[in-house]
Amino acid sequence: MMEDLAMHILEILMNSIGAKAGRILLKIRESVKDNIIEITVTDNGSGMSEEMVKTVADPFTTTRKTRKIGMGVAFMKGLTEQCGGTFGITSRPGEGTEVKASIVRDHIDAPPTGDLGQMMMYAIQADETIDFEMIYETDTDQFVFKSSEIREMLEGVSLLEPEILLWIKEYINEGIMRAKEGMR
Amino acid sequence: MKSLEDLKKMREAALKKVEMREGGKDYRVVVGMATCGIAAGARPVLNKLVEETAEKDYNCVVTQTGCIGMCVYEPIVEVYGKDGSHTTYVHVDADKATKILEEHIGKGHIVEEYTVDAVKALEG
Repeated sequence: MMEDLAMHILEILMNSIGAKAGRILLKIRESVKDNIIEITVTDNGSGMSEEMVKTVADPFTTTRKTRKIGMGVAFMKGLTEQCGGTFGITSRPGEGTEVKASIVRDHIDAPPTGDLGQMMMYAIQADETIDFEMIYETDTDQFVFKSSEIREMLEGVSLLEPEILLWIKEYINEGIMRAKEGMR
Repeated sequence: MKSLEDLKKMREAALKKVEMREGGKDYRVVVGMATCGIAAGARPVLNKLVEETAEKDYNCVVTQTGCIGMCVYEPIVEVYGKDGSHTTYVHVDADKATKILEEHIGKGHIVEEYTVDAVKALEG
């Protein structure tokens, strides 16, 4: 069902959007040297209590209170366990949440990366007023995308214009491809 | 290769279109993109809607939302008109999405057979 990494990450991003974040930072580090893919999503949304953090990854204890968080966290945690990785959430009510996940890069169960440009396009579509920042880091290079930069360039034109959305998708995918060039 | 400079041109093109339309778009097309929607195949639907709207310049903005609460009918596409009208299309795929844009957004005709009421009636 969640066939690629991009869709797993999108679920986490949607949680941040649901938590009324104004700023969401996504960092992906793909390292051949360390044989790891690390994903960090940091937001300044409503955050969660310690108690809620404990239960949030368990789909069966999800109640109304935790409604904002769906199955996404449980899926992501399951994936990291399956792929020899780690998973953790730190959160403070009123300050925000950080979700950190990692998987072993060449693990046999590691899913394909998927379309990260499209994933960011979806996230922006969900709420264009949020400042999204995405950093894709490899051993040799780095690509940085900031939706605030795009918004500034557009001076009042909506990010939701379909041409702009498609441009963003391709811009991100090209940037990631370039960052990955030195890898293999 | 794409550069941020591209955006200047795109901005001007977008502004021209806005001027022609005089104040906002007539329709808002919303796709349910929660876990249930994605699992049921909302992704290709959303892509199709964005691509077709860009290509044919339909008078709508395409956005997305979380769970609409009728997971069994996903993928769901809702069309909101400027006049306050609201239509819910269910079990949408890429082909149906194309037809909804053509008929509903393009010509103002609701595609009755894809609406939640029609599908519910059919399923009895």
